[in-house]
Amino acid sequence: MYAYDELDRTLINERVSEFRDQVKRRLAGELTEDEFKMLRLQNGVYLQLHAYMFRVAIPYGTLSSKQLRALARVARRYDRGYGHFTTRQNIQFNWIKLAELPDALADLAEVGIHAMQTSGNNMRNVTSDQWAGVAPGEVEDPRIWSEILRQHTTLHPEFSFLPRKFKIAITASEHDRAAIKVHDIGLRLHRNADGETGFEVLVGGGLGRTPFIAKTIKPFVPGRDILSYVEAILRVYNQYGRRDNIYKARIKILVHELGIEKFAREVDEEWRQMDGGGLTLDHSVIEEVRSRFSYPAYEKLPHMPDELKQAAHDPLFERWRKNSVAPHKVQGYSIVTLSLKPVGGPPGDATADQMDAVADLADRYSFGEIRVGHEQNLALPHVAKRDLPQLWKALDRIGLATPNVNLVTDIIACPGLDYCSLANARSIPIAQELTRRFANHDTAEMIGRLHINISGCINACGHHHVGHIGILGVEKNGEEFYQITIGGRADENAQMGALIGPAVPYAEVADVIEDIVEAYLALRDRPEELFVDTVKRLGVEPFKERVYATR
Amino acid sequence: MPLVKQGRITTDPFVHAVDGAELPDDGAILVPAARFLEDPEAVLKRAGKVGVIWPNNRDLDDLVPYLDRLAAVALVFPSFRDGRAYSQARLLRERHGYDGEMRATGQVLRDQFVFMSRAGFDAFEVKKDADADAFAATVKRYSVFYQPTGDGRVTAFNRRMQLRHSESAGQ
Repeated sequence: MYAYDELDRTLINERVSEFRDQVKRRLAGELTEDEFKMLRLQNGVYLQLHAYMFRVAIPYGTLSSKQLRALARVARRYDRGYGHFTTRQNIQFNWIKLAELPDALADLAEVGIHAMQTSGNNMRNVTSDQWAGVAPGEVEDPRIWSEILRQHTTLHPEFSFLPRKFKIAITASEHDRAAIKVHDIGLRLHRNADGETGFEVLVGGGLGRTPFIAKTIKPFVPGRDILSYVEAILRVYNQYGRRDNIYKARIKILVHELGIEKFAREVDEEWRQMDGGGLTLDHSVIEEVRSRFSYPAYEKLPHMPDELKQAAHDPLFERWRKNSVAPHKVQGYSIVTLSLKPVGGPPGDATADQMDAVADLADRYSFGEIRVGHEQNLALPHVAKRDLPQLWKALDRIGLATPNVNLVTDIIACPGLDYCSLANARSIPIAQELTRRFANHDTAEMIGRLHINISGCINACGHHHVGHIGILGVEKNGEEFYQITIGGRADENAQMGALIGPAVPYAEVADVIEDIVEAYLALRDRPEELFVDTVKRLGVEPFKERVYATR
Repeated sequence: MPLVKQGRITTDPFVHAVDGAELPDDGAILVPAARFLEDPEAVLKRAGKVGVIWPNNRDLDDLVPYLDRLAAVALVFPSFRDGRAYSQARLLRERHGYDGEMRATGQVLRDQFVFMSRAGFDAFEVKKDADADAFAATVKRYSVFYQPTGDGRVTAFNRRMQLRHSESAGQ
């Protein structure tokens, strides 16, 4: 965990008092709604269909039990008793009253949580691998760098009014769990031939109406130079990014229009002239940030404790363990994913009671630490293997032991037309129906890894382009229709899915997905071939035939 | 529109040059970039200070040769969503060493004062009287800064390092 110091705390409190003044001015009519809009967006406040929505940052997906309890309190006190975890390590509350927002922020500030720059045209919450610091084989803990970037991007005096929003993600593992290739800047931590730590810098990725996979702008930037290099990218973007058309304002369009080579030259030229710009990170500064991260005092534990051997006789436990428990870098420990995708539930939602219960379990079994991943699930990052059977029972009691992690019912979905003023179509009921169709765990296991991502509009908050199966809600003559893509992925081999054919009406979506899955089961050359690999091998055509032959 | 300088509301010594009209022979004037660049020497050799209003989509290279002879550069915020002038301000101060008056014009609200001061602005044509009145209080709203800029405020990183050194020196 990163421990905030007095400076971090002071800044957050200063921000809360500034926002309190802004809300007061708005309520007194001193600020127009248009003026206030920009200010509230800088603090994560959207006006949605029914109420204000409040988005709170969970930087690089790390939460303490104390912080999670504070989120539960906000859900209970200011909202309707639940929150929604998003694809960018944020949590959203959907029913907040404007007049109470400053108090909610003040409550969160007490535990070092804020909502700064969770919306608006600024540098958003810096995200990272939810397994950072515990995944085996990591180059180093990417949260050190995430935190350095979090501080640097917070209330930046030059880049708080960019052409459009700007998202940075960092990974330090070979397997990318942070979806860095669909970010404005993706950073892959690695070591060069001399053993020096630095970053492959990718730029211009993003989804939305014009999706792009990020391109490598520099294969290696030493860690000490990462702030100045990111600053150079942002300076070029701030000056030359398009501001005439909101749909062409993201950096991906600038990179696309200039071409990556020319864009890279512009950035290099700016970087050369900056000559560090006071941003070169001394070793001591990096170590200072590193020292603020504490790690658990792990015990020396056996790889295979007796408790685990005994529990292995219980097939239900085994099913959950095989599905939701991942290897930890320390022997005797595991990373446990908590599925927020129960059958029939809205993906990513957690009740205040669940949050409190998870906080208690984290204290008991995970050194008080919780993680949030972009797949909208939670994780307990340091669970002793001997505790797994007990943890499983406790999770099951609170509805968080659904053994469907990475399976067909582990669906990513945006809030859609049920909440969102931008949406064209509903997302949540589609997800709920699909979880019912595939509720049988044996079937889901037989299908294997399959990511379904659903967005209720072209803005792609549900990352539909990079779902193995992507579902995009569109509006046709006042009715909800859905375009289906297959073959997308968000990992180190990220690519956009391909459209399989004409959009289908709301009532047929679940049938179509079932057809696609059945086609896959018939077409895969062996059970281990994942859906996405079958699509890669065979292309869209056989799936298309299957879906549209009878429609 | 009140002008705030050195933290206080003051009368503006500069007269905005009106498009097409003759420039006054003396007195301080603010000239639009296009007008200035038609004949910079003619503008600069008149008696009286000269400031230039520089649009936020024009490269600074054309302005840089004249910086040391200008008394003011006015940068423009057509809307407060448009943050290009923050980059221009930092480049003028930190790269080109401009140390004259740097004025924020356009849609300037109290909520930008801290950002603008940090970027190098020291004069503000404030849109609302109430915001101008609130300048002194607003600009002190923050005491912690994460980024180094030309305004010289000590960053959080540096304060922590200083703290570490003083702690270890005390041992």
